[in-house]
Amino acid sequence: MLKPPTAADRGDSPAVRSLPRIAEYLGLMAVLVLLVALFSALSAHFFSRITFTTLANQIPSLTVIAVGMTLVLIAAGIDLSVGSVMALGSAVLALARVEWQLPLSVAVALCLAVGLLAGLANGFITVRWAVPSFIVTLGMLEVARGGAYLVSESRSVFVGAAMGRVGMPLPVIGLSPAFILAVLVVFAGEVLLSKTILGRYIVAIGTNREAVRLSGIDPRPVVVSVFALSGLLAGLGGVFHVAYLESADPNSGIGLELSAIAAVVIGGTSLMGGRGSVVSSFLGVLIIAVLQTGLAQIGATEPAKRIVTGAVIVAAVILDAYRHTLGNRREHD
Amino acid sequence: MAIANVAEPLPLLRVRGVEKRYAAPVLTDLDLDLRGGEIHALMGANGAGKSTLSRIVCGLTTPDRGTMSLGGEPYQPHSRRAAQRAGVQLVMQELNLVPTLSVAENLFLTDLPGRFGFVAVAALLARAVEALTALGLNELDPRTAVSRLGIGQQQLVALAAALAHPCRVLVLDEPTAALTSAEIELAFAHLRRLRAAGTAILYISHRLEEIRQISDRITVLRDGRVVATQPAADAALDEIVRLMVGERAVGALDQRDHSPGDVALRVEGLTRGKRLRNVSFEVRKGEILGLAGLVGSGRTETVRAIFGADRTHAGRVSRGPGPPLTIAGPKDAVRAGIGMIPEDRKEQALLLSQPVRMNMTLAVLPAFVRRRWWIDDARELRAANELRLRLDVRSHSLNQRAGELSGGNQQKVVIARWLLRECDVLLFDEPTRGIDVAAKIAVYRVLNELAARGKALVVVSSELAELMALCDRIAVMSAGRLVTTFARGEWSEDAIVAAAFSEYAGRGDTARRGRVDSC
Ligand SMILES: Nc1ncnc2c1ncn2[C@@H]1O[C@H](COP(=O)(O)OP(=O)(O)OP(=O)(O)O)[C@@H](O)[C@H]1O
Ligand SMILES: [Mg+2]
Repeated sequence: MLKPPTAADRGDSPAVRSLPRIAEYLGLMAVLVLLVALFSALSAHFFSRITFTTLANQIPSLTVIAVGMTLVLIAAGIDLSVGSVMALGSAVLALARVEWQLPLSVAVALCLAVGLLAGLANGFITVRWAVPSFIVTLGMLEVARGGAYLVSESRSVFVGAAMGRVGMPLPVIGLSPAFILAVLVVFAGEVLLSKTILGRYIVAIGTNREAVRLSGIDPRPVVVSVFALSGLLAGLGGVFHVAYLESADPNSGIGLELSAIAAVVIGGTSLMGGRGSVVSSFLGVLIIAVLQTGLAQIGATEPAKRIVTGAVIVAAVILDAYRHTLGNRREHD
Repeated sequence: MAIANVAEPLPLLRVRGVEKRYAAPVLTDLDLDLRGGEIHALMGANGAGKSTLSRIVCGLTTPDRGTMSLGGEPYQPHSRRAAQRAGVQLVMQELNLVPTLSVAENLFLTDLPGRFGFVAVAALLARAVEALTALGLNELDPRTAVSRLGIGQQQLVALAAALAHPCRVLVLDEPTAALTSAEIELAFAHLRRLRAAGTAILYISHRLEEIRQISDRITVLRDGRVVATQPAADAALDEIVRLMVGERAVGALDQRDHSPGDVALRVEGLTRGKRLRNVSFEVRKGEILGLAGLVGSGRTETVRAIFGADRTHAGRVSRGPGPPLTIAGPKDAVRAGIGMIPEDRKEQALLLSQPVRMNMTLAVLPAFVRRRWWIDDARELRAANELRLRLDVRSHSLNQRAGELSGGNQQKVVIARWLLRECDVLLFDEPTRGIDVAAKIAVYRVLNELAARGKALVVVSSELAELMALCDRIAVMSAGRLVTTFARGEWSEDAIVAAAFSEYAGRGDTARRGRVDSC
């Protein structure tokens, strides 16, 4: 019976380990390509550089928030407060920049700090009193929204050029620094998840928290850091949002948590925890963005857009469930 | 037993040519006949395919090929419910009770007595009490949530649930793995009554003595094939073991040097409500202390309390002469050099949907780190592979999900997790639950080796023979108290059993009555 690790064990040889992963990406990419082809056929203007760069520059906030959401869902939690926290961060950022005339870097740091604090509060309350994160973050959704109204006195604040070029397209490539940063965050998130101890603990906690605890690992700090990270990324989303719109609106980001969850779930992350990938979530964001832009371009009405988007989300999840049962037939007896 | 020789009775359940494969073939061209009124033991090493066969018989898995017939009629259950309707009941190896529901509700989950769509609570409780008493569980309140029961009690509840429903065929997949002899006697008395009433019983177990006591015929499975079917009366146990494990040598245990060193763990006055009352003991370096007692006597509570898994109301734990430890949770215990292997692998130990390697290295991940944060895959893999060989874990790759392994192999993965972590004190709660004879010896060797290297071990086991083979001393618990401690050479099975009953007034009688019945 003495045998060395077999090829199948050698998860570290990229050929083996990334095979299922790449297949997963391929499925999502195929959907993406299909959607692009469909809209290109339906609308003469769709397949153009300008469509794609515009689309890319719209999604940095959703992208980074989806990264945080992915980690939270894998840890078997949920963060409903991201949209409100983003709005609160935006309001603070605009205030700092316009009213207090603080330097950009300080204002951005303040915005991130607001997000981080909200996330820490979510995490801390969740583990300290062992309450479901659904309830805690639902509370934070209200609290942060209220905070955003308070800080902005319920008015939209025009920021204009005070955000520098963060959200503006760069000369030659047409993409904004915000988009490029968001993609970097995606890769950082994926590396965190698959290569680091923290990532491993996140997956383990999402799979069986009691088993982790009885292995001598305290799950609480891990859970707190996951929520903190999600809050921080919501703050970063706020920075991108203000930079893109050149203003901060206390009503921004309403329902954003649902778009983020939709993107993450389309990417195949399990709502039950323990399984998921950040890159797939990014592909989920792209799918939603292409769908929305494409539907707008072919002149779909708002109700039609919503109905189609909803149907696509459900279809994606059914597909994922189906693919998953294929690989996992054992009735855990 | 003698009747069988007169005329071959017609089989009640007939299995022909059944095949099943997952990544590799699991069952190959399998034939099995189960007669009414017999207890038929199914034996085989871990991963031989026993649970797969029982799941097929009970409609939980569809075979790739093959046919079955029940009482002469074709039998092709598509769900567990269909099998139950045809009169086939199963107690699964990995228990699947609903933890949030009460014991009573779990007992009658498929046929809750109802009135106008509401559960008839009084009727339910009455039936539950009856079913529980039959297995000697008089003390268990049927309104208790199942999540609050230990694994042994859960096993009894699952057994009671199956026995409370009339059936023609009863499949029991390691129903006694966490039970002590007292509970087993009661269960056996019940099984014998069912046999007399004509039920066909397929009985899976890794406990050889038990098989000899209860079964009429034995079928041995190896790598998914039937290698022998014979009357239990003619079977020689070593022959059966050889058939089961093939060329894998079973071997004997080496004698260990029984001269323990300094005190490694001192427990004083551990108390937790009524479940744990003023428990004190010491374990020395290089010593193995066994904890014996009935199911629910507080053995698991003791090790969990030491490990910080549950809150205690009073008591002190210290490492040898050192000051008392403050253990607020398992993390503190591990930091103080104490490790624990919990009794319930599915709920408390395994990450079922994750790869075997991840399960093995979970507790020691920081040891496989490069540049502070990064997991060193190659080193992790090497360590996991060494563990797999050391404990003979049967998985087709280290990336296979733990939930896909057979029960015994899952248990080996749980043990493996703690071997890498160099704890000075190790608490093992039912370490060999569901492990086959050959692998048990491998586990015993590992335990002996740990002791020889100066670790202090506490082993909870419901198998007395196991404790008597391994331990330097055996402490006996009864109703939450540690009643006596026997040193090697001073103990006898009867003395231990008597001590285990000593704190139960009424219950001892029923259990003993069960014992008399079964003689
Ligand atoms: N869903 C599955 N996917 C892959 N392999 C599986 C699956 N289910 C079972 N197996 C494999 O089938 C084999 C037989 O498993 P089974 O649970 O029937 O063994 P067993 O005889 O009950 O062993 P044990 O004594 O350990 O309980 C094992 O090698 C197991 O890994
Ligand atoms: Mg089994």
